[in-house]
Amino acid sequence: MGGGTKGPTVIEQSVLERVLGEALRTGGEFAEIFAEDRRNSSALLDDGRVEELTSGRDRGAGIRVVVGDTTGFAHTADLTEAGLRAAAEAAAAAARGGGGGVRTIALTRQSATRGYEIEVLPGDVPKARKVELLTQANDTARSTDGAISQVSVSYGDTRRRILVANSDGLFAEDDTVRTFFSVSCVASGDTGMQTGRESIGHTIGFELFDRYDIDELARNAAGRAITKLAARPAPSGQMPVVIGSGGGGVLFHEACGHGLEADLVSKGASVFRGRVGQRVASPGVTVVDDGTMQREWGNIAIDDEGNPAQRNVLIEDGILTDYMWDHLRARKEGRASSGNGRRQSYQHLPMVRMTNTYLLAGTEDPDSIIASTQKGVYVKHLGGGQVNTATGDFVFGMTEAYLIENGEVTEPLREGNLIGNGPEVLQRIDALGNDFAMGPPGTCGKDGQGVPVGDGVPTLRVSSLTIGGTAS
Amino acid sequence: MSEDLLALGDRIVAMARPGEQLEAVVVRGTETEIRVYGGEVESLSSAQSQGMGIRVIVDGRQGFAYAGSLEESVLAETLAEARDNAGFATFDEHAGLAEPDGVAVPELDLYRSALESFSPDAKIALAVELERAVLAADRRISGIESAEYVDSIGEAAVVSTTGVRSFGRDTNCYVATYAMATVDDDTQTGFGFSVGREPSELVPLRAATDAAERATRMLGATQPSSGRLTVVLDPWVTAQFLGLIGYTLNGDAAQKGRSLFAERLGDEVASPLLTLIDDPTDTRAFTATDADGEGLAARRNVLIENGVLQKFVHNAYSARRAGTVSTGNAVRGFTSTPSVGCMAVSLVPGITDPATLIAGIADGVLVQEVSGLHSGVNPVSGDFSTGAEGLRIRNGELAEPVREFTIASTLQKMLRDVQAVGSDLQFLPMNAAGVSLVVADLTISGS
Repeated sequence: MGGGTKGPTVIEQSVLERVLGEALRTGGEFAEIFAEDRRNSSALLDDGRVEELTSGRDRGAGIRVVVGDTTGFAHTADLTEAGLRAAAEAAAAAARGGGGGVRTIALTRQSATRGYEIEVLPGDVPKARKVELLTQANDTARSTDGAISQVSVSYGDTRRRILVANSDGLFAEDDTVRTFFSVSCVASGDTGMQTGRESIGHTIGFELFDRYDIDELARNAAGRAITKLAARPAPSGQMPVVIGSGGGGVLFHEACGHGLEADLVSKGASVFRGRVGQRVASPGVTVVDDGTMQREWGNIAIDDEGNPAQRNVLIEDGILTDYMWDHLRARKEGRASSGNGRRQSYQHLPMVRMTNTYLLAGTEDPDSIIASTQKGVYVKHLGGGQVNTATGDFVFGMTEAYLIENGEVTEPLREGNLIGNGPEVLQRIDALGNDFAMGPPGTCGKDGQGVPVGDGVPTLRVSSLTIGGTAS
Repeated sequence: MSEDLLALGDRIVAMARPGEQLEAVVVRGTETEIRVYGGEVESLSSAQSQGMGIRVIVDGRQGFAYAGSLEESVLAETLAEARDNAGFATFDEHAGLAEPDGVAVPELDLYRSALESFSPDAKIALAVELERAVLAADRRISGIESAEYVDSIGEAAVVSTTGVRSFGRDTNCYVATYAMATVDDDTQTGFGFSVGREPSELVPLRAATDAAERATRMLGATQPSSGRLTVVLDPWVTAQFLGLIGYTLNGDAAQKGRSLFAERLGDEVASPLLTLIDDPTDTRAFTATDADGEGLAARRNVLIENGVLQKFVHNAYSARRAGTVSTGNAVRGFTSTPSVGCMAVSLVPGITDPATLIAGIADGVLVQEVSGLHSGVNPVSGDFSTGAEGLRIRNGELAEPVREFTIASTLQKMLRDVQAVGSDLQFLPMNAAGVSLVVADLTISGS
């Protein structure tokens, strides 16, 4: 954000220092204040009507105190010194420090930069302009094809200002703006109803709409629903799967992303435990988690523990190089955090989370990857997914997919999940295209907390995956 | 406790201008979450949260705003935002708040003061006992992914210019764990839980035993071959599917052409063995409540009776549009306007226990866990395909464990293919209860 804007620092530095001191008074080893001021605005059009605009504000602070392996946490919406002290006492009591003593905390303000400016704050844009976008997308989607029977359009923006101060002296702030837009269509025909959805979201302001054509987005969403009206049931059993550029980073998010989160690894709940330095994927496969990726949905200047965002190479040319770390797990291992400590809000404890997770491009021509596939499935667009990190088994949905026959993309397929095992699938990647692209914005859920994440892939092929359809 | 929330709601509603409909929802909650690991507290969170949501309808246009605070100082700003937002909505002749409908709000036993007086040490002891019981359950248990105790006390008031003035409060608690079982390089996981309204109702040992059994019986699992088989969904899995079926019976979705059962009232849409009810007044349900999100009485609704579609659920708006009355199914938190949804859905249980159901199946699969319901089920088209794991059934007996496969069909077909409903009704920490369900002809995709 431009100079002069501040975080939610209605809290003075001296107050932060006194509250941190209070939090450690009963013997805590580490204390942290995370303050957040979030404003959301959203608008929804459904069934031809602008149903409502919603405005929301959430403001508060979460305080944690660590003693040994125990973390105490409390939060409050009262940002006065008295309110913060009460939360600090509650967190300290929860962590049950033994000894006493006074510690003086001196904070050093650190400046975090994200390397670009927000051009148009959504809060400065007239609401009527946001409503216009909804109407425009609705009109375009409906005029695409007579089979489009229902459309909903959603707009949302968030401005989230955070402040993190801890007993190590860290003091950092961030001001994040995200803007989001989506179009969902239902198409109806003799075969029943099908749905198509397109969404865009970036860590930028209202300039989002200078970068994207809303009409094209609406036409694509409508087209996806229409295409599926003619779709046949997906096959069942194993076959090669080609994933389209930008359509399916969620594959890596599930196949290895979660399994490389240090909190799960340390409990033995990951198939990637103890495998740093070993080959876990085909040669050429390089997977990166990168919070610094400018303007992407998972972009952060600092994580929710105050550490600067980093670009972390997780798998390099098929070899596992490192896990992702937050403050607690890194402290235990005597190493630095990788900037992956994130939380949904001030009401939540941070944990290890991804930011923008992606697979680097290879060298192959994407068309030749399809052409060299005799029979398989081409997944142009993936939905969400889920993984059991302990077993490595994961699923992901296909929201737009086609059959590949004799090296050509042919008939559209109905929706379904694909299932595989992370370590096996990574070793079965046998083609990587030169056409990397980031995918649509996502929300990653873990232990009930949702955070914004991005993902990206080039066109790629997995030599064998189980397709969860009904056809033989 | 109730007085101050209702009083705040009254103060907000008193600010309504002539010709303006105004509704305030005011909530407050306390939650404690304790995670243990290695016999120690890993984290203990204890906090109070609160918020208000204000809905304004003026000249057929609706606006909404919320704040995560009950401070008087944010009230005026929130109300002003809601009013301003209303100016941008499209005119809708059906827009309007719920009006009292004469249905008495039931007196339900949902709040237990025992939870408030239960000490943090005693809560920690429950979580530690849970972890210890998991680790002691079987020598192949290699650890836990999580073991936690969670409780909450919630209070909510809804007040409106149309005469709604409701208050409710409830308590909930549960213990839950994910166990890991390991033999050589093979690790499998299993989930167990126990829910109650106060801690004395919790049975950590049962949660531990369930988790350990579900994990250990999966050891050595392999991918099954593809084919069409009879599948037994265990109560935990059935409940997750019922949540999706519930969406298709949502009156708003039906009005807007998003329900595959939209024109099917009175038709046989499921096996005659199926009777599906939504009953938030059943206090055994985790999501039981005395009033809905618009302050109308919660009530028991029969949605499908002996396979025949009887009813869609509605809130005030969707009902007005459909020319009917609210079924008391307005669902919301303080951060949104009421949507429509099932609140505590379940099947009327059958008379056969799960062991007998399995004994009658020559060749099938018992599915104990599904994954990817959000990515592989499309409740509009009805297509579904989910990841699954469980045990093969051979000649009426549970046989080898299987994993890394999917089960697929359509929701429409699956409802018709139900062959038996178990007697083992289980209330789960979600908005649906489960029973064992036998479904014929599901496609298994594996090797």
